[in-house]
Amino acid sequence: MTAPSYTRADFQTDQEVRWCPGCGDYTILASMQMFLAGLGRPREEFVFISGIGCAARFPYYVETYGMHSIHGRAPAIATGLATTRPDLSVWVITGDGDALSIGGNHLIHALRRNVNMKIVLFNNQIYGLTKGQYSPTSEVGKSTKSSPFGSIDYPFNPVSLALGADATFVARTLDMDRNHTQAMLQKAYEHEGTAFIEVYQNCNVFNDKAFIQLTGKEERVHNRIDLEHGKPVVFDEGAKAVVLRGGEAEIVDSSSVDPKAILVHDETRPDPSVAFALSRLSHGPYGPTPLGVFRNVKRDAYDIAVNAQVEAAKAKMGPGDLDKLIRSHGTWTVGPTSPNGSSNGQSNG
Amino acid sequence: MADEIATADPKSTPTEELDQLVIRFAGDSGDGMQLAGNRFTDASALFGNDLATLPSFPAEIRAPAGTLPGVSSFQVQIADFDILTAGDAPDCLVAMNPAALMKNYKDLRQGGTLIVNTDAFDERNLAKAGYESNPLDDDSLIGYRVIQAPMDELTKEAVKDTGVSGRNVLRSKNFFALGLMAWLFHRPTEPTIEWVEKKFAKKPEVAAANKAAFQAGYTFGVATEATKNTFEVKPAALREGTYTNVNGNTALAWGLIAASQKANLPLFYGTYPITPASDVLHELSRHKNFGVRTFQAEDEIAGVGSAIGAAFAGNLAVTGSSGPGIALKSEAISLCFMLELPMIVINVQRGGPSTGLPTKPEQSDLLFSLYGRHGESPLPVLAIPSPSEAFEMAIEAARLAIRYMTPVILLSDNQIANGSEPWLLPDVDTIPPIEVTFATKPNGPDGTFLPYMRNVDTFARPWAVPGTPGLEHRIGGLEKESISGNVSYDPNNHQLMTDTRAWKVANIANDIPDVEVDGDEDAKVLVLGWGSTFGTIRAAARRVRLSGEKVATAHLRYLNPLPNNLGDVLRSYEKILIPEMNTGQLLKVIRAEYLIGALGLNKVAGEPFKVSEITEKIMEMVK
Repeated sequence: MTAPSYTRADFQTDQEVRWCPGCGDYTILASMQMFLAGLGRPREEFVFISGIGCAARFPYYVETYGMHSIHGRAPAIATGLATTRPDLSVWVITGDGDALSIGGNHLIHALRRNVNMKIVLFNNQIYGLTKGQYSPTSEVGKSTKSSPFGSIDYPFNPVSLALGADATFVARTLDMDRNHTQAMLQKAYEHEGTAFIEVYQNCNVFNDKAFIQLTGKEERVHNRIDLEHGKPVVFDEGAKAVVLRGGEAEIVDSSSVDPKAILVHDETRPDPSVAFALSRLSHGPYGPTPLGVFRNVKRDAYDIAVNAQVEAAKAKMGPGDLDKLIRSHGTWTVGPTSPNGSSNGQSNG
Repeated sequence: MADEIATADPKSTPTEELDQLVIRFAGDSGDGMQLAGNRFTDASALFGNDLATLPSFPAEIRAPAGTLPGVSSFQVQIADFDILTAGDAPDCLVAMNPAALMKNYKDLRQGGTLIVNTDAFDERNLAKAGYESNPLDDDSLIGYRVIQAPMDELTKEAVKDTGVSGRNVLRSKNFFALGLMAWLFHRPTEPTIEWVEKKFAKKPEVAAANKAAFQAGYTFGVATEATKNTFEVKPAALREGTYTNVNGNTALAWGLIAASQKANLPLFYGTYPITPASDVLHELSRHKNFGVRTFQAEDEIAGVGSAIGAAFAGNLAVTGSSGPGIALKSEAISLCFMLELPMIVINVQRGGPSTGLPTKPEQSDLLFSLYGRHGESPLPVLAIPSPSEAFEMAIEAARLAIRYMTPVILLSDNQIANGSEPWLLPDVDTIPPIEVTFATKPNGPDGTFLPYMRNVDTFARPWAVPGTPGLEHRIGGLEKESISGNVSYDPNNHQLMTDTRAWKVANIANDIPDVEVDGDEDAKVLVLGWGSTFGTIRAAARRVRLSGEKVATAHLRYLNPLPNNLGDVLRSYEKILIPEMNTGQLLKVIRAEYLIGALGLNKVAGEPFKVSEITEKIMEMVK
């Protein structure tokens, strides 16, 4: 069988896309559709599961199997799906409220289990669908409808959180940068187990320009740190570099250090400490911020382990025999020849 | 071959023959009373008695030793005829310490036999149980036949050469008690010995100690002629066939496996540990060779969420919990109702609200099951009437879920879950298959797939699983446009879809059996029940009839939709009595549905009705 040849249009549905004009979600959708078309994998093998929020409408717009579920629970639903169907490519589309607030528990457990699913978190640092309350990634002091005096909630750093949950694949990308987004999707797709991608996504209605430090023509040159496996971590056209000091990542002038002291990025490092240190370079997109793959390590995928256990049980115990099962606790027989019901106790347990 | 236990002829002591017998083992929660009770039960089952059991244990794993809250007990009724309950008042009570005695002796019938471990009756234990003086020394036990056995001492002596030491020595004393009971009630010893050898095959010293203690208890009875006579209950004249002794949680797990085989779908069980439902998970997780996948989720919501994912994937998807956990699952169950995917939701009810009485039975989640969801979301609700019937009710729940593409709630409770009874084993080959039709082809114009195009008979929508070429589609919690399944906010469509979903579930009434009436058709009083009160209601009706009065009973296995004939049945009796372990939940439904002035008999005491309680009420009403 030859691989199907698709274009982006094959992954578009007949449903009208209903995000606000100018929303970053459009760009991510386009990147995803182009990426899927490029894979050449039959589209019936993809499933998109989402929760609630603007991002969660995503499955309606992708011509694959999909489910728009309930708030925060997409990773749980996807776990049941992916665990029983390792033949599918399962994607979770979520947002900062969906994944990090109401669904925080499911997120960290999916990451630690390493179920074969790809979680794409659209982080716009605001609640969009409920019209503009602060989210668990909004910065302290943010003035919103529900925090008119400024938010006093300390925000999550999603990449740090994922690394803390021992996720095996953690990356960050930017809605505007389609090439980078598609490269991250590709790497996530190739990863065996749970992949986590944080996508900085602009909400032009409630939180416009939240990522201007990384998207603005002037600003991005100075602030975008592209992590590339096997390469020294340098940015700002080589002027700045990242070094490790006492376990912490620090930004220095490249000229002020021995080039050998500059951190060489290794996404496959088994210990997540250095990846975590890199994630702490910025607690939000307000200055120099790393993008790219923070961590990409191998660990047995949960679904494969579950199904291996089932196969091993079949091999060891033989396929299930229902009649044997219901007799497994010992039986006794009441015979026709015993009107008083005298019976013979025979344990075949 | 198991070691034969060296026993003197128990018949050297005169034997009294009984037709039925109620025994209760009571001790500290660390004393192994559940184990002793289960061994006694299995020996009786293999001997051929009919039986029913009622375990009762504290919510704490090990409450402080010797205290009243730490008492755990196990009651079993055995009989030479078909019985329906674990009995009201024990004829024989084993009390391993003063607290067990204090908590249980009032239930012992007058003239009953009391077996006490005298070694536990020291000052400290007596004080902990609230005794001011030792009841073994004063006249507080007059009227009972008391067998005093220094079980600690005799167990120590018995196991001294077996290799167990320290704290493990006294862990065998439940087997001492069991040995004494085996002598007193003529129980066969082989099943217990065989069980010990198998169970402790990897710990031969423990097996040896338990066998030695069992032997010592038996010998104690023979040697001391502890009572002037022993007792015997002959095998019961049960229906011809092969039986096993089974509790409700096990039968439920096996029923799910059977349903999975009959539907030819892999079984997925997504759950979170909770008393008293956890044993369903434990049992299922042992049978992976049946293709069973169990998932111990991070919480209750993930348990049901994973089941929804598995249902979408094409599995027989099941989630299980008890009341508090079902409350957490509520939003997801409504989602599944909206998605119209098949799923079984098991609720092993316990005393509530909140943490309530986690190890005690109650039927207080009926209205919650019927109405405890947001929006208009009627679901089929089934209730298991007795431990062994859990098997077929699980299969029935699966059949309805798949045929009608809907979540189905299956109610059990703590009494069914942990209680056991003989089960006449079915011929598994004659269990009908459950028909599953996965969509494989487009069903719309121009090769389109319409996920909400319905079957004309059942109104079920097609089940198209991911991976099927050409049927790519999206489902979700937003209201669906009829037929196309696209998101729709149209007012008329919402009315249509709400009505359609309700109609689909209501129509199941045409696919379930009529409710059957047992007893006197010309009676004035009909007793209507549901769930675990089944045996107690039937037993009470028997007593009423024995006293010469007439009564009829009917028991509901389907709570939504209700059987088509129920209204006619109810209207043909002058008085309706509805006993429930809640404050009147079915009563409300029946009154609302049929405008009938039924009466309730309600109990929320963390324990089942006694047969006598229901009998008295019926007698009041038949007069």
